[in-house]
Amino acid sequence: MLGSQEYILSKIASNDGHGENSAFFDGWKAYDADPYHPTKNPNGVIQMGLAENQLSFDLVEEWVRNNPMASICTPEGASQFKDIAIFQDYHGLPEFRNAVARFMEKVRGDRVRFDPDRIVMSGGATGAQETLTFCLADPGEALLVPTPYYPANDRDLTWRTGVELVPVICDSSNGFKMTRDGLEAAYKAALDSNTTVKGLLLNNPSNPLGTVLDREALSMALSFTNDKNIHLICDEIYSATVFDEPGFVSIAEILAESPDANPDLVHIVYSLSKDLGFPGFRVGILYSYNDAVVCCARKMSSFGLVSTQTQRMLASMLADEEFVGKFLAESAARLGARRAAMCQGLAQMGVGSLKGSAGLYCWMDLRRLLKAATFEAEMELWRVIVNDVRINVSPGASFHCAEPGWFRVCFANMDEETMRVALSRISKLVVQSKSGEARKQCRRRSKLEISLSFRRLEEIMMSPHSPMTSPLVRTMT
Amino acid sequence: MEFKSRNQGQLLSKIATNDGHGENSPYFDGWKAYDSDPYHPTENPHGVIQMGLAENQLCFDLIQEWIKNNPKASICTAEGAADFKDIAIYQDYHGLPQFRNAVARFMEKVRGNRVRFDPDRIVMSGGATGAQETLAFCLADRGEALLVPTPYYPGNDRDLTWRTGVKLVPVVCESGDAFQITRAALEAAYKQAQDSNIRVKGLLLNNPSNPLGTVIDKQTLQQSLEFTADKNIHLICDEIYSATVSGQPGFTSIAEIVQENPHCNLDLIHIVYSLSKDLGFPGFRVGIVYSYNDAVVSCARKMSSFGLVSTQTQQLIAAMLSDEEFMDKFLAESARRLGKRRADMCEGLGQVGIWNLEGNAGLFCWMDLRRLLKAATYEAELELWRLIVEEVKLNVSPGAAFHCSEPGWFRVCFANMDDETMEVAMERIRMFVVRKREEEVARKQRRRRRMELEVSLSFRLRREELVMMSPHSPMASPLVRART
Repeated sequence: MLGSQEYILSKIASNDGHGENSAFFDGWKAYDADPYHPTKNPNGVIQMGLAENQLSFDLVEEWVRNNPMASICTPEGASQFKDIAIFQDYHGLPEFRNAVARFMEKVRGDRVRFDPDRIVMSGGATGAQETLTFCLADPGEALLVPTPYYPANDRDLTWRTGVELVPVICDSSNGFKMTRDGLEAAYKAALDSNTTVKGLLLNNPSNPLGTVLDREALSMALSFTNDKNIHLICDEIYSATVFDEPGFVSIAEILAESPDANPDLVHIVYSLSKDLGFPGFRVGILYSYNDAVVCCARKMSSFGLVSTQTQRMLASMLADEEFVGKFLAESAARLGARRAAMCQGLAQMGVGSLKGSAGLYCWMDLRRLLKAATFEAEMELWRVIVNDVRINVSPGASFHCAEPGWFRVCFANMDEETMRVALSRISKLVVQSKSGEARKQCRRRSKLEISLSFRRLEEIMMSPHSPMTSPLVRTMT
Repeated sequence: MEFKSRNQGQLLSKIATNDGHGENSPYFDGWKAYDSDPYHPTENPHGVIQMGLAENQLCFDLIQEWIKNNPKASICTAEGAADFKDIAIYQDYHGLPQFRNAVARFMEKVRGNRVRFDPDRIVMSGGATGAQETLAFCLADRGEALLVPTPYYPGNDRDLTWRTGVKLVPVVCESGDAFQITRAALEAAYKQAQDSNIRVKGLLLNNPSNPLGTVIDKQTLQQSLEFTADKNIHLICDEIYSATVSGQPGFTSIAEIVQENPHCNLDLIHIVYSLSKDLGFPGFRVGIVYSYNDAVVSCARKMSSFGLVSTQTQQLIAAMLSDEEFMDKFLAESARRLGKRRADMCEGLGQVGIWNLEGNAGLFCWMDLRRLLKAATYEAELELWRLIVEEVKLNVSPGAAFHCSEPGWFRVCFANMDDETMEVAMERIRMFVVRKREEEVARKQRRRRRMELEVSLSFRLRREELVMMSPHSPMASPLVRART
């Protein structure tokens, strides 16, 4: 056998660009090794690190049962099996594109129109992000991304593309809002290191913050990117998880209101993984206002098309406007209720979370529980949460958060009972921590008293006539 | 707010603005011709018949029957809907265990159970398209190369090079060897790469071959294994047509050769597969990477996030493929129908003196139309091809699209239509060949007549000259002169 593995494989295969060697995957391993079950394993790890939307499957299942024509496997639909199985046109089934465009319009309250001919498929949002990067940037060029951000951006945008990410630092002083200054600073930092910036990637609503970007922020981003003549990519994957005011504003709306903006610079990433709860179906969508990008991304979609079996089913489901209307309203209501329950539960134990109106998670503030304001302390606290409290949450560092102490905790991938168990475990952690804090303070006070009394003793001991000059006494302080 | 705009070229990446996608070739004209004028037996009987698409449509009756009888395979039937949620939320890139097990088992069956496949080495991808790209990303850096025997599947250029920056170096195979891969050709290609300072990282074989329609024999597979071992480069075998083989010679998988070479370096061996051809399901995007190299399995699996198979489809395929009785029946019947269709095509072409490369695999024939070329050039091949598309109204694929080193070969697909359409296509080819032959004969006759007349005229002129020299000759009439 000749040569080592690294020689025979590519650099991409041998580097860490996939992002999975981070310590944070330990949380997953802990869960996989010991998953919670209410009866079979009540002391197992509760999974709160997975942003999934499992709250409305009853509605979906009912629809599926009532609409057998949507499937190519039912007696009603099987005559279509062959035509669907052989359809491999990368434009996708027209009815699929139409239904997705219409669904996206509905999610935006019909305030904008989407052209079905601009709908391009991809292997999930994962594939959409990578495809866009391949279209817009060369290896060595960069995209700006506000922190904290979705961890897999590193893999999706940089691993095989060779493109770099430059963070736009956002911090808690203003609720992690993106500022023009922050954008300019990041852009300048890139320039100073001779890195060409090709675009800005926004995630709206935000993962992990659970907030929406307001009109002002979006307009500012559009103006910034136009000024620099760079692309603006908006990942709107959580668009239908908004349950409260402020409501969701899409970049599509801002663009419609900005006739002088260059549409060739604007692109939307979407998927049905979060809004509908279908991550397994791999329905990624790339929507671009740039014709050349639509064309190129469509050619690239051959690397990750949506199964026509799935296209067919979803075309049917999403075209059922009555169902969609009912689903969107009910899903948002359930998410809102779940989040409220979670945040209230946390608040009762004195744990705050960033105020937000969207997403499948809370951005929890555990800075008070840190031993020190460091990422090491955050890591330490996180290990306690995973190993002792038995909950898998995601520490802020994995989202490239600039400040330690923030944790993302997901609430939509479990039932109410499990959430109650999770909250009670967290409350034990907080209580222990508080009493630990109190005990620490007690210990500190008594240490102080002892040292003071020893000092007085020493003064006595200095006297040559004292019996207290024993070395033993001195060593006790 | 002031907005600036600049030209497109600077806005997009190099990848987005080059031709690496391969679609700017004139051969897409054939597709356009078909799309704008598709044949239909009643609605458009003079339209273009699509014979440029390698699809397997011959056994859907069997599939449909199975579907009707197995409602639990679907998450949308009354019987299966209870599984909908679990399947819809399952996003583990290892894939459903039942899916991996069923695919491994199916691949074993296709190889007559002569080898075993480990389900833990089954990695998903976005079709074979995604599998090829993923492997290229795992095995080679930008600027490095893979050797590929010609003629080869045109999509290789896009799949292996477009976004990866990897190069393809052709291993030239010639009709004199029935397009078989020789050691000399492999060495020549390798040397050529080295001479241009290009590092070769692997050899890609397609077995059975598209476009040849032949299987690679054991000897050639063994030779390829030895060649790649000598050079310490990877051996990738795309076995996407493995179940389209009918009769002899049978299909030998690289997995069998590996088994017979227990000391070979397994870290260099990889298989690409898909259900698009063997089962006829290109729409379902079921691509598979199977590697004997643990690090490649691990890396490819991470990359599979960019092109996983929909769990809805994984569930369906798992159920279908694990029905061993059905799969046995399907494989046998599919091979039989493909064999018969191929035989009919070859016979029909043979009647007008058109021969194909002898083969018993794939969904196509490799047709020899060198005799019909005006000259042994690619321009002549292109001209003939345009004639076939525009006049004969058949979309076939010219050899140049497959990087064939000799002009005159065409790939014609036969499994994507019914018997009647096939007969119409055969009739059109027959008429075309007959017409071309008649035209050729007529052209030859005209030439001969012209030559004869020239000869006879020169005789006459000489005689006439003599006669005409006489002032009393009636041959000096202008009428006589005008006839020649």
